[in-house]
Amino acid sequence: MSDICLAGGRVIDPARGLDLQADVLLQDGRVARVEAGLAASVSPRTRVIDVKDLWVVPGFIDLHTHLREPGHEYKEDIATGTAAAAAGGFTAICAMPNTNPPNDNRAVTDLIVRRAREVGSVRVYPIGAITLGLAGQTLSEMGELKDAGCVAFTDDGHPVMNAEVMRRALEYARGFGMPVIQHCEDLSLSCGGSMHEGLVSTRTGIRAQPAVAESSMVARDLDLCALTGARYHVAHISAAESVRLVRDAKRRGLPVTCEVTPHHFSLTDAACADYDTSAKCNPPLRADSDVQALLEALADGTIDAIATDHAPHSPVEKAVEFEQAAFGIIGLETALALSLELVRSGLLTPTTLVTRLTSGPAAVLGLPGGTLAPGGVADVAVVDPDFAWRCDGPQLLSRSKNSPFLGRSLRGRPVLTLVGGKIVFAEEKFLV
Amino acid sequence: MSGVFPHRHLLGTEGLSRADINTVLDLGERFLEIADRPIKKVPTLRGKTVINLFLEPSTRTRTSFEIAAKRLSADAVNISGAASSTTKGETLMDTATNIDAMSPDVVVIRHAQAGAAVMLAKRIRAAVVNAGDGAHEHPTQALLDCSTIRAHKAKGRVDFAGLTVAICGDILNSRVARSNIHALLTLGARVRVAGPRTLLPARITELGVEAFDRIEPALEGVDVVMMLRIQKERQAGGRFPNTREYSRYFGLNAHRLALAHADAIVMHPGPINRGVELDPAIADGPRSVILDQVARGVAIRMAVLYLLGGGDSGAE
Repeated sequence: MSDICLAGGRVIDPARGLDLQADVLLQDGRVARVEAGLAASVSPRTRVIDVKDLWVVPGFIDLHTHLREPGHEYKEDIATGTAAAAAGGFTAICAMPNTNPPNDNRAVTDLIVRRAREVGSVRVYPIGAITLGLAGQTLSEMGELKDAGCVAFTDDGHPVMNAEVMRRALEYARGFGMPVIQHCEDLSLSCGGSMHEGLVSTRTGIRAQPAVAESSMVARDLDLCALTGARYHVAHISAAESVRLVRDAKRRGLPVTCEVTPHHFSLTDAACADYDTSAKCNPPLRADSDVQALLEALADGTIDAIATDHAPHSPVEKAVEFEQAAFGIIGLETALALSLELVRSGLLTPTTLVTRLTSGPAAVLGLPGGTLAPGGVADVAVVDPDFAWRCDGPQLLSRSKNSPFLGRSLRGRPVLTLVGGKIVFAEEKFLV
Repeated sequence: MSGVFPHRHLLGTEGLSRADINTVLDLGERFLEIADRPIKKVPTLRGKTVINLFLEPSTRTRTSFEIAAKRLSADAVNISGAASSTTKGETLMDTATNIDAMSPDVVVIRHAQAGAAVMLAKRIRAAVVNAGDGAHEHPTQALLDCSTIRAHKAKGRVDFAGLTVAICGDILNSRVARSNIHALLTLGARVRVAGPRTLLPARITELGVEAFDRIEPALEGVDVVMMLRIQKERQAGGRFPNTREYSRYFGLNAHRLALAHADAIVMHPGPINRGVELDPAIADGPRSVILDQVARGVAIRMAVLYLLGGGDSGAE
């Protein structure tokens, strides 16, 4: 592998408080040096790539990806999912366990790790199930799952309804130093609702779930977090009240973190007004006041990470009546452009944005990367923040196209993604 | 024969202008007398094909549409299916595109899921009439209700200014309530909705109606009382204790009707749960206009089929 010098870009590395014009030298799969003027003196075997006017940032880390393998390869597989991740600037993604069979035992984790090594473009960190079969009853073999490579536990898509089970999961996971991630939804309150309960659901007649279905479980879990002292992470937070609860819990010093998806901070329930199933997700797109709360929380650090909840579905699940359609939106390839809107609107500084995509998520799960510190892995994204493009289905590398942003003009794209110093995605002009 | 109706489909009353509604009501009134002729048929839609795609059980609405189509000399074909098309292994979209390939002029759809008619209209060439989609809309019911109200309370008028209408019962799950709210507000009526709070949808007042969680204050001084059918399965969903209690506190009886204007009319979209939401003596009494609603239903549906089925060159 040849060494690479990314020359003349704007280097933003929030973990080290850097935002400067510099060259980044990648050697032997690691970051060697970050300094101005390196390009002039590199060895002849080093490939110098001119990245003037572009951002050079740590590769993004996605805490929440559905790769669908094993079991639902017609929606996505590890090859297509990680290719989409690379195209989105992600160098590491966390694979959710709701596969078929679910990742509730070592054999499945082993398979995911092996397939990722064979066909994956980016690093894949499996997340194991909290309970067997995601059924919310019997704890999975958390110790063995950790040894096999799992980095956290969740029954994502299936909230752990039983408070006793959740308590024991937190206690048991704590012993292995592992965080527990909850999809917060009190099923007895959400009652199978397909969208957010509000004026749009009233107009459309779509059965709806109230925001309190999420926030009441966040409240319960925060009490359990306080009781057990275990690390607790709220997946895809969506309601203003949930955000308030997490902010308070952080002030009290609880070991709690949370993530938000780009679609939850970019869209409201109005996107469902025309029964567009590509806007159907769970938790549902919320009211404008919820979105405002999410944006504030992203800015003030209550929300630690932007995560995609990339949830591919085929037309078999989506080209049906709204209430019959599957929940989920793909997000790996649109996350950056949607997040950059927050910089353009002045809500986030570039440094804060990069934090939420890199060192923020790395810290949530204690993952390597998320910084360009010399000696660290050479996982890098080169971003053109002004790259104008149209989000067209055929161009997306994900096997599924279920996105409410299809057809939209977006701004900002990765032009080069490197994992361990190796180029895994490049815009045409950077191809050798 | 009538005004311009600038819509290709009838998916709901939301979005219809006052002029649009009056176009349908005026035409409906003209068609009304056809029911009294010895030969109840006009050649208006001869050679046109109307498909009644009823994917949810329905007798009266389907019959009403079928009679309407036949009185206009259209070829009417009825398709009845399971509530969930996926149980047959065929999606609604497959059904729709297959039907569309047979080149019908109008597809009338009844479906258990909100938005089904909207979805159909995006995919097929034929005009789509929503005959009820989940808890979303049932526009022809609202139009026939408006026709009934106009005949009894606003004869010869193009608006309902000064009239107050109370819609009582299961507002949450009612497509009839939604379609009536939009249509009545567009015509300038004041609209109240009433029922146990468990059956009132979120932020309903933002549509422009007043909401009440008891029916007595909602009935005070109203010109029109519209009772909705209470569905027994809502009881299983924990929305109210049982039909006995519902009837006692939310049913319309003579005592409660006395709160309304002395000339108030009583309406119901049917079928009635006699003795639950409506005292039989009122349903069959002099204030009830329920059977007039049914008669006008055919005429209004004739008007809609006529306007959308190519009977008017003004159609887009």
